[in-house]
Amino acid sequence: MIPELGNLALMLALSVAVVQSFLPILGASRGNVLWMRSAQTSSVLQFVLILISFAALMRSFIISDFSVANVAENSHSLKPMLFKIAGTWGSHEGSLLLWVLILAIFGASVAFFGSNIPDTMRARTLSVQAWISVGFLSFLLFTSNPFERISPAPLDGNGLNPLLQDFGLALHPPFLYLGYVGFSIVFSFAVAALIEGRIDPAWARWVRPWTLAAWVFLTIGIALGSWWAYYELGWGGWWFWDPVENVSFMPWLVGTALFHSAIVVEKRGALKSWTVLLAILTFSLSLLGTFIVRSGVLTSVHAFSTDPARGVFILALLAITIGGSLALFAVRAPKMEPGGLFSPISRESGLLINNLLLSTAAATVLFGTLYPLLLEAVTGDKISVGPPYFNSSFVPLMLPLIVVAGIGPFLSWKRADLAGVIDRLKWVAGITAIVLLVVWYLNTNGPILGVISVSFAVWLLLATLQEWAWRIKLFSAPIAESIRRARNLPRSSYGMTIAHAGLAVCIFGFVGSTMWKSESVTFATPGDRVEIAGYEVVFNGVKTVVGPNYTAQQGSLQVSRNGNFVTELLPERRSYAVARSSTTESAIWSTLGGDLYTSITEPAADSAEGKWTLRILFEPLVGLIWLGAVMLSLGGILSLMDRRLRVGAPTRAMRGVAASPSPAE
Amino acid sequence: MKRFLLFVPFVIAVAIGGFSLWGLRADRDPSSIPSMLISKPAPQFDLPSVAGVSVPGFATSDLAGSGGPILVNVFASWCVPCKAEHAVLTRFAEVNNVTLYGINYKDLPEAASAWLDNLGNPYDRIGSDYDGRAGIEWGISGVPETFIVNNDGIVTYRHVGPILGQKSQNQVLEALREAGLSGENS
Repeated sequence: MIPELGNLALMLALSVAVVQSFLPILGASRGNVLWMRSAQTSSVLQFVLILISFAALMRSFIISDFSVANVAENSHSLKPMLFKIAGTWGSHEGSLLLWVLILAIFGASVAFFGSNIPDTMRARTLSVQAWISVGFLSFLLFTSNPFERISPAPLDGNGLNPLLQDFGLALHPPFLYLGYVGFSIVFSFAVAALIEGRIDPAWARWVRPWTLAAWVFLTIGIALGSWWAYYELGWGGWWFWDPVENVSFMPWLVGTALFHSAIVVEKRGALKSWTVLLAILTFSLSLLGTFIVRSGVLTSVHAFSTDPARGVFILALLAITIGGSLALFAVRAPKMEPGGLFSPISRESGLLINNLLLSTAAATVLFGTLYPLLLEAVTGDKISVGPPYFNSSFVPLMLPLIVVAGIGPFLSWKRADLAGVIDRLKWVAGITAIVLLVVWYLNTNGPILGVISVSFAVWLLLATLQEWAWRIKLFSAPIAESIRRARNLPRSSYGMTIAHAGLAVCIFGFVGSTMWKSESVTFATPGDRVEIAGYEVVFNGVKTVVGPNYTAQQGSLQVSRNGNFVTELLPERRSYAVARSSTTESAIWSTLGGDLYTSITEPAADSAEGKWTLRILFEPLVGLIWLGAVMLSLGGILSLMDRRLRVGAPTRAMRGVAASPSPAE
Repeated sequence: MKRFLLFVPFVIAVAIGGFSLWGLRADRDPSSIPSMLISKPAPQFDLPSVAGVSVPGFATSDLAGSGGPILVNVFASWCVPCKAEHAVLTRFAEVNNVTLYGINYKDLPEAASAWLDNLGNPYDRIGSDYDGRAGIEWGISGVPETFIVNNDGIVTYRHVGPILGQKSQNQVLEALREAGLSGENS
């Protein structure tokens, strides 16, 4: 009964979305306020209906109702409760339901919090949002209904893929989708602006907080996914340039470019059509990701079970959404009046370079991801594009970006004093040069790209701190004055400082864990010892442990350093009886300097009684990757809390203060 | 000029869409790996029988001229997916009258014969590839793996991994029919 209710709610949501897709936008062109305002009610209603539907599916998972096909295929009565709940979005159908739920959340929040947006703009935005809703709700209902029943109901379910039964991965899809789908609202804003034919600084002020919010979620989502890959797959890597990883990374790159260029529109009224294009592209790349993951058009280690019929449906949706919006852009963009002029050396130029580099980087990732498909279509050859391509094309593009990120914040709007900026950064440049030489001297045989990357990260970190010190006049004014200035500095300024520093911290992690990694793979019998990066690891043997829905072979490794006991690591190889598969649970000893990473695999099949494959790695600085990701997100959150943005964001609107947007400076 | 530039994103999107549409053709399997052996004669090898198993071993010369295609399956007793695939191969041999040869890859003879005693032996011939040399000649990437060799001794098809699921089974049967399989019971 409840699943049918969920299904009904979904159908009602579709009909509400259909109404919302034309009534408000018609109202906007005819000046009918009532029709325009209907969007607020309908988008909240849509959200409530989809929430009911989602709750109904989650209930079926929680009580293990195996008469629902989706539950039978993806759950099992013995699974821990957390993973029963997470199973709701573990399958194609369920995750798509989460997708439309988040789409509705964003639509409803614009209706709820957007009281300072003019009626016509809000109505058009919500109508565009409803077009996307109609597309994906019908996709869900007609090709991937999560509420289908099977009769007779099986006694028990198939179980969720054990690799996915993990806390980090349970949270990974919701965050990733909040990011992906969050960009939908920015897309709707952009299309609405193109229809309305008007882009002003106020538009950028509405768009920026939504972009930032989606970007923060996407950052967390990507970091969680990478963290999961690091400790769960047992290979010790954190990024594999797999198509599925790439498609989450491209919207992140373009989204990063977008909120930087939105600053230019907001402050200076320049780069308007470029910003609109970025807004469209960010969401288009998110949609492309959805398509690639669900259609099986590319091979990947973690694609959903695929079905070409579904692929055709999504591709049609993409053709309408992306093709339509880009065609609209091509026709309407010339009408955008050009904004303020700026000299080649200015904050605007700095941000423009940032934009160009980030978009080019996204384009190289896109090209590398789709190249196997293009080549197969043209010549029939099957190839895969791996890390060498991405490392040699993507990394060199990132290096100038890091240089610019260090200089940019010092530049003033319109026309900057380059000599003054160079003067301020001379010490930073000097220290960077010394670090470069020292690291190079210590790693004469190491990859030159890594040496350069490390020193550039030092540059970014120091330049960012220097910029903060300069703003608050640290050491050049009395300390009380500096503290007062530090207090008065806007939160968005702190957001930038923390995010830029976070990027530098990430780079230390990236380079450290790739360049100075030491690895040892041994075929070990109990009693064997391995020495790695100053640690001594003794293999004590293996015992069997029983978990809630698995049994595991647990290895015991005693770690010591210079003869002193450090810790005991217990890597596991888990076998899941129901799913008939096994997973690696690595054991990691984390220190600030790096991670000692161990994993164990069952004895090789033949003639290897009593031997275990033991993999021990030392990954220097790897923890900094996730610390940096936390700093990036924190920077985004701080920036969102800035007073200037709050004009267009929740807190102020909730108090009912409809502040009219102040004219741009 | 600038107006035309504005259409560039649209054109790129359309191109990507076209390629994606091509990529969705139902007969395309992005994970299939083409074999160097396809349309070429089967590699040279000569494998003895597995000790304790009643069927003889085989060599390259036994593959051609038997009057129909031969399904050559690489298996091992230590390989778990092979166990799942075994039922499918047995059905091929019994229902579809497929001539099935096995290459017992890097396996102990006593383990292999116990495995076959336990599950039944659908193979007409089994060669013991204890040192894995024949496996290298065939260019296998793992176990199980299956090849179709036609009456002229030419390799016509390769399947990587177990033949499980309706889609894979139909593909293999279709490839067998193309290679000249006849006399199916059903």
